[in-house]
Amino acid sequence: MPERVALQINGRTIEVAAGTTVAAALAIMGIPVSRRSVTGEPRGPVCGMGVCFECRVTIDGVPHRLGCLTHCTSGMEVRTDAP
Amino acid sequence: MPLERHADILIVGGGPAGIAAAWGASRGGGSLLLVDENPSLGGQIWRGEASKDQGHRQRPAGAWLRKVAATNLEFLAGARVFASPGPGALWAETADDRVTLTYNRLILTPGARERLLPFPGWTLPNVMAAGGLQALVKSGLPIHGRSVVVAGSGPLLLAVAAYLRGQGAQVRLIAEQAPQTRLVGFGLGLITSPAKLAQAMALKKALAGVPHRFGCWPVAAQGEGRLASVTLSNGRTTWTEPCDYLACGFGLVPNTELPRLLGCEVTRGVAVVDEWQQTTTEGIYGAGEVTGIGGVECSLVEGEIAGLAASGKFDEAQRLFPARDQARAFASRLERAFALRDELRNLPQPATIVCRCEDVTFAQLNLFHTSREAKLQTRCGMGPCQGRICVPAVAFLKQWPPDSIRPPILPTRMENLVETIPTTTSVTSTPA
Repeated sequence: MPERVALQINGRTIEVAAGTTVAAALAIMGIPVSRRSVTGEPRGPVCGMGVCFECRVTIDGVPHRLGCLTHCTSGMEVRTDAP
Repeated sequence: MPLERHADILIVGGGPAGIAAAWGASRGGGSLLLVDENPSLGGQIWRGEASKDQGHRQRPAGAWLRKVAATNLEFLAGARVFASPGPGALWAETADDRVTLTYNRLILTPGARERLLPFPGWTLPNVMAAGGLQALVKSGLPIHGRSVVVAGSGPLLLAVAAYLRGQGAQVRLIAEQAPQTRLVGFGLGLITSPAKLAQAMALKKALAGVPHRFGCWPVAAQGEGRLASVTLSNGRTTWTEPCDYLACGFGLVPNTELPRLLGCEVTRGVAVVDEWQQTTTEGIYGAGEVTGIGGVECSLVEGEIAGLAASGKFDEAQRLFPARDQARAFASRLERAFALRDELRNLPQPATIVCRCEDVTFAQLNLFHTSREAKLQTRCGMGPCQGRICVPAVAFLKQWPPDSIRPPILPTRMENLVETIPTTTSVTSTPA
């Protein structure tokens, strides 16, 4: 059985398989939008490999972390700046 | 306190080229360190293979991972190189520290990224790079039962489509911009390489029944807050395909930021290397996609040559030259077959955003004549990605060469740059 981890995304608790990235966890929750652009457009993950910076979210209070390069861990708190 | 690591041979990039470089370099007996921003070895193409049981790994990945596991290689995961404080040293950022990496010889295997081209709607959520969607699915994005259009150019599209279908996605269409006539010639060329022919046949089987059209490309994506459909064109007619995801990439672009930062010559978008894979800077080697897009086989042989040469094993390195010649010949056939058509330069409309970080439109760029002018006046390429997405797009659309590069090559925490002022805040700086 794969190990599972529980984390919070925008205040809601979600359990995912260990090894799931934060960007994938957003998709599991049905959230396609990771951030708003400088002119307010909704944006979601694009490159999946840490190049485009579209998946940046706030993790444990640290802004601009890349969701696609960060594995979910137990007790992690993730916030997207989109409403 | 900042950490320090030293190695006789330092390798930056843990994909096939970096893994093969480590194997080659291990025969010299010196200390070896490989750094990569990902949590495990494998790079993009072998993503996830390192965490599988040996018996479940893809064939070449499994063999290479087993080989390097038996060497004295040390692996520093989750570290991104962002600057060089001086000759023989690099700075890398980890989740909570800065690490100073010092070396006698350096092998750069930074790989490649996908070329994305702007068209109306390409910034909508769920429009992704082709390999990008694959990477996200491998890291947990649920794709079962979702409809996907795979579009753009290159052999990666087929590999992505086959993978997504294997994971339960409904692949509605594979749209390749290259005309079929050019690819027929390429297909015949495969017969000279039985391994590649076998790969092609396996893909064909995995994609049986999936519509595969040539000479067509996406012209617009539509949706409210997320993708709902994509409009495609074959130059004569357009039509619209509803879909949950668009996986779209127009070939690969070598990651040359690091060799450029270190003063190595980069010409026509690739790092210049000699027969030993040494760049124009002595003691710094380059291998894999950074020296020209060539695929896994080419990366492996170049990496091994670089590792052997960096550790002084020139005879062994030389024995691999014929294999490298063959891999590079295949790569140049690939490049000709999938060359991008001129019509793609007309994809962006005046209001289409080209620089996704700074939301710079095509109309704004059209006021300028060089990438430097456009950068200074509009901030195009000056956001967090530092032009990694828009610069290759603009280079194709306007045929503007890229502007010079300055450290840091990636956004990093302020405390990583400021040593004298102690700080506990985690501000991300965007370099000018």
